Amino acid sequence: MNEEIPTGSPAKVAVEDVSKTFRARHDLVQALDHVSLQVREGEFVCLVGPSGCGKTTLLNIIAGLDTPDSGRVLADGKPVTGAGSDRLVMFQEPALFPWLDVRSNVLFGLNLKPNLGKAERLEVAQYYLQLVGLEKFLHANVHELSGGMKQRLALARALAPNPRVLLMDEPFGSLDALTRDQLYGDLQSIWAQRRRTVVFVTHNAREAACLGDRVVLFSPRPGRIQEQFEIRLARPRDINSVELASHATEITRALKRHLKPELREVAE
Amino acid sequence: MKRATAAFLFFALLAVLWEVLVRTGVWPHMLVPAPSEVLRYLVDAVADGTLPGAMAVTLKRLVLGYVAGFALGLPLGLLIARFKFFADTLGLMALGLQALPSICWAPLALLWFGQTEAAMFFIVIMGSVWSITLATDAGVRHVPPIYVRAAQTMGSRGLHTWSHVILPAALPFIVSGMKQGWAFAWRSLMAAEIYITILTGFGLGHLLHYGRELHAMDAVLGIILVIIGIGLLTDKLLFSPVERFIHRRWGTAR
Repeated sequence: MNEEIPTGSPAKVAVEDVSKTFRARHDLVQALDHVSLQVREGEFVCLVGPSGCGKTTLLNIIAGLDTPDSGRVLADGKPVTGAGSDRLVMFQEPALFPWLDVRSNVLFGLNLKPNLGKAERLEVAQYYLQLVGLEKFLHANVHELSGGMKQRLALARALAPNPRVLLMDEPFGSLDALTRDQLYGDLQSIWAQRRRTVVFVTHNAREAACLGDRVVLFSPRPGRIQEQFEIRLARPRDINSVELASHATEITRALKRHLKPELREVAE
Repeated sequence: MKRATAAFLFFALLAVLWEVLVRTGVWPHMLVPAPSEVLRYLVDAVADGTLPGAMAVTLKRLVLGYVAGFALGLPLGLLIARFKFFADTLGLMALGLQALPSICWAPLALLWFGQTEAAMFFIVIMGSVWSITLATDAGVRHVPPIYVRAAQTMGSRGLHTWSHVILPAALPFIVSGMKQGWAFAWRSLMAAEIYITILTGFGLGHLLHYGRELHAMDAVLGIILVIIGIGLLTDKLLFSPVERFIHRRWGTAR
């Protein structure tokens, strides 16, 4: 089955000197200040920082849903000019389509790939639904799924069209701890099987240490990259392991160090 | 089945009570005909073809006018939702015209189209189009932007986004607008048929009007029952299944 699904090589992402300013109610907020970042092929990079540090803005810019004021983003060497199915986004909310059943949600992205036949599409959808453990719920309605199942479905929907880059914006943020722990395991095993370039945004240092090959630390206002950590732990990683905790602690310490005093409480 | 039985018993009891009240003279016969007389009128009117003929004329006007109203209202609603210019202009006009009972157009419709089917179509269209327009506009505005963003990252663009994301996401609003448009069109048409004589066809409203002229209250009540029946059937056969689908799919069922 694995061989039948066309994989394509995972892409690299280059963020070059990107700045972005938003107009808030009374003043300007500099969300990103000359940010540069290289993501290798097949690398899992986590962007960590407190709320409002511009990490989601950066993700949206990479996705092509937002445009930078200056600088540019290259995906596979080509400048990003808009949203494209080579860079799929998984949002904090599952953003599933309530008018479609479970399988049709996965088929949505596949139907936009003109080179796939109908039988192929169904086969690919089946494969990814199996991968996330939803093969028994093909024709269930979205509202009948639990929070964790919804995010799994969103993951299947994002993986099915075989994107070169997967952009994840705190996808597990709204889930309970137990479901989240299970999804860390699921995501790691899926990533091991279907290796993709992943950019994962989170404010949770432990989550970042668990999932990332590299953790990139952002500081807010203006949003800048402060530090980077290579995480060289063996996979699959257990979120509750002691080694992982020590990495997470290191990241958290750095996080606090770079925070302005008035924002320190937020990160506690 | 239980619910159907309950409904049947309720209406049977109502009819019996009514019959008794008329026969015992509690309700004067001059003012209220007995259900048995209404039934006799209906049977006769079906047998001699007046009732089926009138129903056909009325339903044709309603269905054609409504379909035209929908065909106009949906794209209008989309235009208003999509372009601020149309929201400021057409949107305001739609809001105003929706507040106007479309029977008010009758004098002008007669002047413009004469005593013809066209006048009836015009009134039915004006009754349905604005509800559908406004509901479509509201539905599109209520589509969570994240659906569109999610679709875009999957490669959906322009027309595909409209037909595969925005329209289906707005469906609950559009269907309730269609239902309201149907109700407005139906009321306007009945008013128009009672109020205006149309030379090209003799509808249910005209039949009711002649019942009044001849003081045939059995006919008036019989036609009222037919009008109620058509309204109920439309709801049960046309709108209920769609609403059930929406409730099940969206998880908004009671």
